[in-house]
Amino acid sequence: MFEGYSWAELGSIFAMQGFAGLSLFSVLVLMALGLAIIFGQMGVINMAHGEFMILGAYVTYLCSNFFAENLPALFSGYFLIAMLLAFLASASLGALVEWGLIRHLYKRPLDTLLATWGLSLILQQVYRSVFGAREVGVTLPDWLMGSFAVTDMIEIPINGVFVMFLTLGITAGVWLWNFRSSWGTQMRAVVQNRVMAGAVGIDTERIDRLTFAIGCGIAGIAGSAFTMIGSTGPTSGQLYIVDTFLVVVFGGAQSLLGTIFSAFAISQSQSTMEFFLSGSMAKVLTLLTVVTILMIRPQGLMSLRVRA
Amino acid sequence: MLDSRPSDYMLNVEGLTVSFDGFKAVDDLSFYVDEEEIRVIIGPNGAGKTTVLDLICGRTRASAGQVWFRDQELTRLKEHEIVRTGVGRKFQNPTIYEDLTVFENLEISYPSGRTVFGALGFKKTRAVIDRIEEIAETIFLADCLHHVSGALSHGQKQWLEIGMLLIQDPALLMLDEPVAGMSPSERIRTAELLQTITRGRSVLVIEHDMAFVENIAHRVTVLHQGRILAEGSMDKIKSDPRVVEVYLGH
Amino acid sequence: MSSPTSRAFATRGEILAFATLAVLLLAVLPASMEIFRLNLFGKYLTYAFVAIGLVLCWGYGGILSLGQGVFFGLGGYCLAMFLKLEASDPEATKIQSTPGIPDFMDWNQLTELPWFWVPFESLGFALVAVVLVPTLFAGLIAFAMFKRRVGGVYFAIITQSIAAILTILIIGQQGLTGGVNGITDLRTLKGWDIRTDEAKLVLYYVNAFLLLGALVFCHWVLGTKFGRILVAMRTREDRVRFSGYDVASFKIFVFCLAAALSAIGGAMFTLQVGFMSPSFVGIVPSIEMVIFAAVGGRLSLLGAVYGTLLVNWAKTTFSETMPELWLLAMGGLFIAVVLFFPNGLAGLWQSFRQPLMHAIRRHAPAGSVVADAAPEGGTR
Repeated sequence: MFEGYSWAELGSIFAMQGFAGLSLFSVLVLMALGLAIIFGQMGVINMAHGEFMILGAYVTYLCSNFFAENLPALFSGYFLIAMLLAFLASASLGALVEWGLIRHLYKRPLDTLLATWGLSLILQQVYRSVFGAREVGVTLPDWLMGSFAVTDMIEIPINGVFVMFLTLGITAGVWLWNFRSSWGTQMRAVVQNRVMAGAVGIDTERIDRLTFAIGCGIAGIAGSAFTMIGSTGPTSGQLYIVDTFLVVVFGGAQSLLGTIFSAFAISQSQSTMEFFLSGSMAKVLTLLTVVTILMIRPQGLMSLRVRA
Repeated sequence: MLDSRPSDYMLNVEGLTVSFDGFKAVDDLSFYVDEEEIRVIIGPNGAGKTTVLDLICGRTRASAGQVWFRDQELTRLKEHEIVRTGVGRKFQNPTIYEDLTVFENLEISYPSGRTVFGALGFKKTRAVIDRIEEIAETIFLADCLHHVSGALSHGQKQWLEIGMLLIQDPALLMLDEPVAGMSPSERIRTAELLQTITRGRSVLVIEHDMAFVENIAHRVTVLHQGRILAEGSMDKIKSDPRVVEVYLGH
Repeated sequence: MSSPTSRAFATRGEILAFATLAVLLLAVLPASMEIFRLNLFGKYLTYAFVAIGLVLCWGYGGILSLGQGVFFGLGGYCLAMFLKLEASDPEATKIQSTPGIPDFMDWNQLTELPWFWVPFESLGFALVAVVLVPTLFAGLIAFAMFKRRVGGVYFAIITQSIAAILTILIIGQQGLTGGVNGITDLRTLKGWDIRTDEAKLVLYYVNAFLLLGALVFCHWVLGTKFGRILVAMRTREDRVRFSGYDVASFKIFVFCLAAALSAIGGAMFTLQVGFMSPSFVGIVPSIEMVIFAAVGGRLSLLGAVYGTLLVNWAKTTFSETMPELWLLAMGGLFIAVVLFFPNGLAGLWQSFRQPLMHAIRRHAPAGSVVADAAPEGGTR
């Protein structure tokens, strides 16, 4: 597939597509972080995770409209506020869902898959009723538009770089929260031994709810980032759920570093191949590679050996 | 490394080692069990007793060492292959099929029709039914053959699991705390049960109940921190000052 | 089989329930609706193959596959390829730039039949492929996963990913697969026009008999020791290993069996509906097929058939009149079934029937009642 390109051209193409893939990378990392936190904590796969992301995207859209109409002077700063609101909206919905649904199903992970799928259908319909079936787009403030021209062939989109730094910041925050805060310690204690954690006075139910809420909240932020790479529709989230699962499983469910690495590998290979092949074949090849690797090495890229 | 059977014992455990994240749960362990011997393994919590059984039956993979059972080296085999060589394992918590009846539990454990198509074509012949009824009699469950086993008492579940092993007719029987959680009267019946079922086979038992151990053991192995602290008859063990210090002294 | 401890092939209640379904499918439905509606029910019944496969592998074996659409689709595509080739003879396609190949290939500038299409000119090959291709594919997936002891949520996700990949692949490779429209405009089977009312009636009956046969076969499987090992594996996989069974090979078999059933359903779908498209392969149809089994009762073969009919009938009825409500209802159904009726319609029926039976059998020995209740005892 590389015939007809010189080495210099190939180098530029890889660099360009690499930067173009940054936004996808960011969305995948943020989605996968949320999913992995929830999966690691409760062994629950949240099939409605994409819909939590889309909630964040709609919140960002509403913010963009609100600022454009009422506070045009502050428009350049709306994106940061939108992200905060997206986090809060998705996290609140997450807490509600944990309370109403998930906590009844902790011992039945397969049933949780089905129930959260049901939830995703309901959310999609709600979005359709509220925001309409048509996809909506967000106007970006000026400072996020455009790109740096590094060489005459390589251009880097500013919004992609912005979202990537944001993602790395949030990832670092999650890492600190997980390994340095007492809350994170309690959470890991619950993961290791739920009964014992309860016995030493950790309120496991509260930890579960907060963890689920935070996982969903991060998906909300992913939704904000998502508005930069695509337009938002009621079913947009569903398109990302399989990719996100694969990122989590491929990276090794317990490994933060693995998640980042696998999100990077998947988004970059897809973005690069898209230049040479059709988008659908790029996706097929990427996913097929991941699934094949998972069949050979089901524990993912990074994992611990634990006493049986 | 040894490539052939190292001695005439029924079970040879040679240099068995396993480590989890650098921690050696079982460390260069060697011991030997005779035909028709009842061997009891004792030791404080965390000594590696259950891990030894896990290693022998293939539930945990050894980092180093070998386990020879008659002419077979077990550490390379899969669990079901080890079972088919004649090793039976009872778990610490009664592990039975709680959705199925006592009869069905025993039927599944019956050692034929173990492949997919074998199981599809398996016939409950008179011989099978007789054998199941005989075992049920032995384990005091003849009256509840058609009860769902989840409804049995804790002690009865322990017996059922012993029965499930028995019907496999293993040459080596491994029991992890067979009387744990039993009432005193159930303990006495279990001791009798073990006396009858151990005839003609070797038994490896983990147990904490010292009265029970004295009652059944031919020889005792004391484990401590993944190594053997002492080995011999119960009398010898009881008088060993190191054993008293780490274990019996508590 | 005369001893008191061996279960007969079917109890009287089971025979009665089966006969009721047979009468419903073979007499009541054909007599009570015109051919258009009957054809619609025939289409629903093709999904029932998938649902009873899921009862075996998910309900009994505890293996949740979110990719059954893959096998349904592969089975359907295998037959559709044969039918399409028959519909694309040079005479019928003489206006194409390359006559004799399927129309969508011509539109995509293909000038000869791709190699993997060639053997599908033979009906015998196509019929074998209908069952074999999906089953072997399922075997490959199951072998890779179960030999490495991957199960539960991981297995569900991997199967779902495969459904997604296959859909994208089919849609992307328009010239080879017909793309998003699928393989359409199928006309005759060995010269027999499958679009006539008469053919639709015949195909409905073929489908119904195949389904009843599949039910009998699955009932037999569940009645053997294999069936009890499935239940045992679901709760105590380790113990089954230490009873001397190779757990992986049992899982592989049941997953392949479910795939083969789905494939037969897919092929019958192609025949009755007259096309096959990627919209029956992907994530959404695959997980909907799970809900058919769940609504009917994941531990009940007959329940799965009723569940499939009910959900699909409701879907057709509601999505015609109020599509917004239908998605909400579908979502609610997933949640309600999982939270409140984990054993579905069959579980409800059981709890309704149980007191009745107890009243009838008050004088029977207690032990036999317990034993009869056992197969339904597993709740998960």
